[in-house]
This record gives sequence, C-alpha cells and structure tokens, in this order.
Amino acid sequence: MKALILLSSLGVISLLAELFSFKKLLYPLVLLGLIATFVFNICDWNATNNVFYKMLQFDNYAIAFSSVIIIIAFLWFLMAEGFFKEETNLTDHYALVLFALVGAVILTSYTNMAMLFLGIEILSIPMYILVGSSKNDLSSNEASFKYLIMGAFATGFLLFGIALIYGATGSFDLTEIKTAISSAGVTPQIFYVGMLLMLVGLSFKVSAVPFHFWAPDVYEGAPTVITAFMATIVKLAAFAAFLRLFDVTFYRVSGSWGLVVWMLAALTMLVGNITAVFQTRVKRMLAYSSVAHAGYMLLALLAANHYSNSAILFYGTAYSIGSIATFTIVSIVAGARGDDGIHSFNGLGKSNPMLAVVMTIALLSLAGIPPTAGFFAKYYIFTSSFIAGNVGLVLIAIIASLIGVYYYFRLIIAMYFKEGNHEAIPLDLNHKLLLIVTAIAILVLGICPDFIIRLL
Amino acid sequence: MITLLLIFFPLIAALLLLFTKGEQVKQIALGATIIEFAIAIFAVTQYQHGNTTQFEASYPWISSLGINFHVGMDGISLLMVLLTTFLVPIIILTSFNKDYRNPSRFYSLVLAMQFALVGVFVSLDGFLFYIFWELALIPIYFICLLWGGEGRAKITFKFFVYTLTGSLFMLGALIYLYLHTEGTHSFDIAAIYKAGQGLNAIHQGYVFLAIFIAFAIKMPIFPFHTWQPDTYTVAPAQGTMLLAGIMLKMGTYGVIRWLLPVAPLGVAHWSNVAITLSVIGIVYASCIAIVQKDFKRLIAYSSIAHVGLISAGILACNVQGVQGGMLQMISHGVNVVGLFFIVDILQKRYGTRDIDSLGGIRNLNPQFAVLFLFVLLGSVALPLTNGFVGEFLLLNGVFQFNPWIAAFAGLSVILGAVYMLRSYQSIMLGETNALTGSFAPLSQSEKTVLVILCIAIIGFGVYPKPLLDIAEPSVVKLVDGVRLAMGK
Repeated sequence: MKALILLSSLGVISLLAELFSFKKLLYPLVLLGLIATFVFNICDWNATNNVFYKMLQFDNYAIAFSSVIIIIAFLWFLMAEGFFKEETNLTDHYALVLFALVGAVILTSYTNMAMLFLGIEILSIPMYILVGSSKNDLSSNEASFKYLIMGAFATGFLLFGIALIYGATGSFDLTEIKTAISSAGVTPQIFYVGMLLMLVGLSFKVSAVPFHFWAPDVYEGAPTVITAFMATIVKLAAFAAFLRLFDVTFYRVSGSWGLVVWMLAALTMLVGNITAVFQTRVKRMLAYSSVAHAGYMLLALLAANHYSNSAILFYGTAYSIGSIATFTIVSIVAGARGDDGIHSFNGLGKSNPMLAVVMTIALLSLAGIPPTAGFFAKYYIFTSSFIAGNVGLVLIAIIASLIGVYYYFRLIIAMYFKEGNHEAIPLDLNHKLLLIVTAIAILVLGICPDFIIRLL
Repeated sequence: MITLLLIFFPLIAALLLLFTKGEQVKQIALGATIIEFAIAIFAVTQYQHGNTTQFEASYPWISSLGINFHVGMDGISLLMVLLTTFLVPIIILTSFNKDYRNPSRFYSLVLAMQFALVGVFVSLDGFLFYIFWELALIPIYFICLLWGGEGRAKITFKFFVYTLTGSLFMLGALIYLYLHTEGTHSFDIAAIYKAGQGLNAIHQGYVFLAIFIAFAIKMPIFPFHTWQPDTYTVAPAQGTMLLAGIMLKMGTYGVIRWLLPVAPLGVAHWSNVAITLSVIGIVYASCIAIVQKDFKRLIAYSSIAHVGLISAGILACNVQGVQGGMLQMISHGVNVVGLFFIVDILQKRYGTRDIDSLGGIRNLNPQFAVLFLFVLLGSVALPLTNGFVGEFLLLNGVFQFNPWIAAFAGLSVILGAVYMLRSYQSIMLGETNALTGSFAPLSQSEKTVLVILCIAIIGFGVYPKPLLDIAEPSVVKLVDGVRLAMGK
C-alpha cells in the first residue's frame, strides 16, 4: 500500500518539477524515492493489508513481486539517465515511467477484476506514449501506433472476458469468483468463454505465441531503454497478474485452461527461440528471446503447484536482471557504433573487456548455464513442471533452451572471436555501476538462490 | 576441511591471477598448482585406508530444496583428485616456452578449470555435482575459443552444444531421481542411490540411458564422439591436455559414482549395448588412427580407443574392471598429456604435425627420442609401463563379463601398437629430411616435464600398488553394493 502511495506521489512531484523548476534535482530524487519505496514496501512483510474495499491486497505475494519490480526499476533508472537528459520535455517522462510503475504494483496486488483492468491500463497507457518518445524516429512512431492498436485489442478481449465472468458468477471479486466456481452448482458455459478471453488478453500482454506479433516490432522500434522497461517490468507485472488470476482464482477449473496454456507455452518457447536464431539485429534477437522467456514462465504457471509462485518470481528476477544488463550494453554499443547488428559487437572483448565480460555473464544467464541465476531459474521451473507431470513440456523446454544457446553464443563468439577495429567505448559512471551490480547479482542469485525462493 | 581447501584454493588463485600482470603470471600459476598438489599429497598421507568417505564437509546450501554443499573423498575420489592436481602443474609447465596473449586470463581459466574438476570429483550431492560438471565446460570453452587454432569458433561451439545436450539429459534424470527420494526430497548421494535402486527395472533403464548419454558424450564413446577429434585438434596444446588428460575422466568417474550405483538394474539391462558400443569405438577409432596423417588427430583418435576400453571395463561392473578403469584413468591421463606435449614440441620446431613429412629426428636428438619412446610405450601398454597394468585388469574385467567382447577389446592393444609404432617410425627414425634439418635442443622446462612423466610411467608400471591400494577398498565396496542391487 505504502509503495503505491509513494510511487504516485513521486509521479506527481516529477510533474511539479516543471512548475517549480527543480528539474536538475529530479533524477537523484526519483532514485532516493525508489529506495524509500522499496524500504517501506518490505516493512509490510507478513502483514497482509486489504485496501480500497478489499480491491487490493498487499500480501507477501504482492510485496515480493512489487519489491522485485521496484529494484528492477531502480536499475532501469541507472541505465536510462541518458534518456532523461536528451529529451527536452523530461519531467513528463519521469511521471509516465513512475505511473507505469504504479500500474505494475496494482497488477501484483489486485483482488478484483476492476483493479486488474485499471492496473493494466495504468501500466499500458504510459507505455504507448513512451514507446513513441523518439518523436523524430519513424520506427518509434510506428511502434507506438502498433502497440496502441494491439494493446487496445488485448484490452478489449480482457474486458469482454471480465464481463462474461461477471455474468456467470455475479462478482468482480476474485475470492467470490473462486467460491462461485467451486460450489456444487454447474458453472455456466459463458464462464469458460470469459476465462479463455481473459487468457487471450493476458497472453497479449506477456507476448505469448501466437499473440506475440506486436512484440518484435515494438521492441525494435522503441528507444532501447523503453524496450528494456517493457521486457522486464511490464512482463514481470503481467505475469504476477496472470499467476494470481489463473493459479489462484481459476485453479479449480485448470482442466479447461491447462491444455491451452500447454500449447501456448510450447509454441512460445519454440517459436521465440527459433525465430531469434535468424535475426541479425541484436535488439530484435533479444525481443524474440524475451518472447521465448515468457514461454518458460508459462511452464511454471501451468504447473500450478506450491513451487509456481516462487518459480515465476525467481525466473522473472533472473531474467529481468539479465535483460537489463544486455539491453544496457546493446544501447551503449549501438549508440557508439551506429547500429545494433551483430557485427557491431565484433572485437568487443578486446576494445571493452568489461562490457564483454558482463555481456557474457548476462547471456550465459539468459541461456541457462550454471552457475548463473538463469540456470537455477530454469532448473526450478523444470522441477515444478516435472512435479506437475508435464514431462513432455519439459523436454520441449530443454530443446528450446538448446536452440537458445545457439543465438546467445553467436554474440559471445562475435565479441571474442571476430576481429573488430573499433575504439574503446567510454562508459558513464552510472552504466559502470549498473553493469557491475547486475553481473554480481546474476552470480549471487545463481549461487545462493535460497533467499528468494523461500519468500513465497 | 581439506576437501574445501582443495576445491577453493584454485578458485582463489584464479581470481588473484586475473589481476596480476606481467611475466611472473606463469610462475605464480605454477606455484599455486604445486601448492594444490602438495595439499592433495597431504590428503593422501592423512587418508585412512578403508572404504569410508573421509574429509567430509556438508553445509546447507539451498535447504528449502534439500540441496547441500556436501563434499568428501573416498579412495576413488582421492585418486581422481590426485590425478587432477598432478597434471595441472605439468600442463602449466608445458606452456613455459609459449607466449599466449593475455596470459593472466589464460592461466586464470586453467585454474578455474581445476576448481571445477576437483569439485566434480568430490561432490556428494547430485545438484552440486551437476553445477561443477557444467562449470568445467565454461573455462575450457573459452580456452579453446580464445587461444585455439583455425576454425575454432564453429568447432568449439559444436563441442559446447554437444556436451550441454548430454548434460541436460543427466539433469532430467537427476530431477526425476530427486522427486523419488523419500520425505522432503533431497539431492544427497545416499538418497539418490536409494531412490534409483527403488525404481523398477524399466524406469532404471530410462535413468541409465539419460545419464549414460551425458557421460558417453563427455568421454566420448562411439557414436557420440564426433565432436572430439576436431575439438582436440583445434584446441591450444594445453587445452587439449586438459580435455584429454582430465576432463575426459569426468565421464568415466561419473559412470562409477553416478551411474552404476544409481541404476543397477538399468546397468544390468543395458550394459551389453553400452559395452558393445565402447568396443566398437575401440576398433573403429584405432582403425581411423592408423590412417591419420596429422599426429595430433591420431592421438585424439587413440584417446577414443583408450577411453572405450576404460568404459567397457567399468560397465562390466566387476572389481577387476573398475579397478583397472581407475588405474587406466591415471595412466591415460599421464600418457596422453605426454603425447600431446610431444606433438606440441614438434609443432613448435617444425610448424607441422604431418607424420609423413617428419623423419629422422632420433639422429638429431637421441635424448628426445628416448623420452618420446617411453611415453609411447606407456601408451601402447608394454609390460612394466603404467599402461600395462590398467589395460590388463580392464581386459580381465571385460573377459569375465563376456569373453567374446573381450577378444575384440583386446584388439586395442594390437592396433594401438600398430599406429603408435608406425608414427614413431615415421617421425623419429629414417633419414633426416630437408624439413627436419635441425632440432633445437629441449629447453629446461620441456626436459623437466618429459622426465617427470617418464618417471611416472615407469614407476607406476613397475610398482602400481600404492595407487591400487588407495582405490581398492572403495571400489570393492561400490561394486559389491551394485552387484547386490543387481541380484548377482
């Protein structure tokens, strides 16, 4: 709860910065604000609060996910300092990002369909604008437009689903819906239709195949920092919402959505990874890899056992940290060398050893090689899936990860093996700090993952 | 305590080396590995002969999943650690006449590799074993990628993906076993053994196949060997030595520790197939070795043949076979490092490894010729060299399993003599030709390495008892346990 208030007031403050002209102070202020939000957020650990007429519930689940989101947001701000410097109208960018975070926090804590809808909209609308924030870049405009249209469609599906479920159960409240479908009476058919429509809507948001078509174009067109935001925070929040809805509320009817999610997961992992192999631009490759990672998280969602929550929390954390690191490096390299083709990375191992080492660690983590966080994340998800009896899906996941190794290693080979005649790229202090922190975090999470998986 | 020291000392040294600059990197790396060897020797002196696991240490690691940092050594592990700690300083010494780019990174990776290898050999927890197993792959991949020869990017990548694929099968099997352990699940080796032996024969068969693929790729056994000759050829000399001398033993050790006792009924059911594949590998690789022109490639194929015999002996699952396997792992490690070093010496002097274009080197440097001959005789398992004892025990073990298979396995001795002696003849004997006009005398470090290796070859050929004694009680206990579970 405190997180929500603090983030909203930070957003308002950054709007006021324009009026009272303390723009220069805003950046440190936001960073401090995020730290404060994080601290206040974890203070509520183990104290479940219901607020807004029980429409939001800050239980440990919500606090764990929102804390991770806030940490990632902090790292993201370290990455994105340049983004705020370049643009003239910077305070609304701060405000938009912070309001998007508010939406993300709502998505982790909603217990009412109305709040789910609000959360998704509060998260999405700032993103539509931010994706188009390079106003003079045609592809950024295109991406923004595409995202808006597709997002609107997805929201339509979601709303339609909510309406049907309301019709079937007579409530927006998750607990009441759960009771309604668990009671002895026959659940009306329209409930199942509504549930599938909601599934489609949420699959859009997490970019699961075949609802992923917007993702590569939007990820590629958006400014890289915004891409990083979408690939990490938006995805994590959407999964928190997805998980709460399906594994908790709709758990009893998992028989009727299990097969659909099974196919979504299999397709997402395979299509995401296979398409990524053929990309020559790194940003687009990472976009497809981000699609593929959603597939692994769907595996844990499908398992729907007591490992699922912590598995998605851990996977989301590991994946987000890895993604923040890779996107940072991509934006640095693409900025210095003109474009983000794989050849831009040639010889990076020589010209910028630090960038190359951190990139290697992050890529190894995304590929799931021990001792990185990504390995344990995959291991944990595979185990939860195994327990749920989805052995076939685990096999598909293993094959998909092997394909993943192929394209991640193409970058590693380019950095260390291909000769490049580039000069060393100078690094900001912020970026240096960010890269060191992420590299250490990836290794620490990989070596002692216990403290996170014990949370939930 | 001593086990922890053995694991983490190389890691600390590797990290320190990373920040060292200048010429003394080699010396520091050598010093660190010699200290590590001294620690291993100390462990041997402290080791109480018997079949128990000693020097144990266990700390909760990911306790909510029943994963512990559990390490310890019985005779089998101790012998493997001894091999690792003995070979790494030798391998570093072989690089003394070489100037690698970024030496601090190179030696740091070698030490990181040692860290992972020792970890593999002392892990008593399935998850920990898997982590170390995979961890060993990363440094060697970068050693080959950064300092390897032509075409290395593709070849090392194939190697990486190949072994990773195998490992993932093993991971699947380990998770499966983990979920069959009692109570709140555990990865502890005893629990895994119990879970595996509690499965029915068919499921044990699946577990066997999944784990066997991982080890078969690592060793490698026919038909999973296709990554090996290219990788060995393209890797830098020290990388090849690490791969063939030590890393290959991860697979054979894995069979002893993590396959035989885990799925005894699976072994009973599939050992015919697995041993036949191993023996096919022996004959097949030996035949290819005979027609090789590239000496390094020839040794790579000979390595497939040797490891085929080791795996056949171990999978026969009797005391002679496993004991022979243990001894042959040591001998093969020593011999193959020696052979690859000789390749390196020749290549540095003549810039070629082509057997036919060399010749008559014996006339130029008789000393080198003698040392080469010793290493070679060890490799062809002449009596009174180290190779003989191991190979004899292995063949004995396979013979007890099936005399016919043993007859084919025995071809390895004959064919081995054919290709090794033929290449010696072609390289060292005959007339000195234009290419081999002069032979720069052996440097101090080269001489040291070869002499140490020759002493080991002769020493353990004449008197292998100390090595056999270390491993024997543990081997007997393990084999008895497995045979009991098989119902034999």
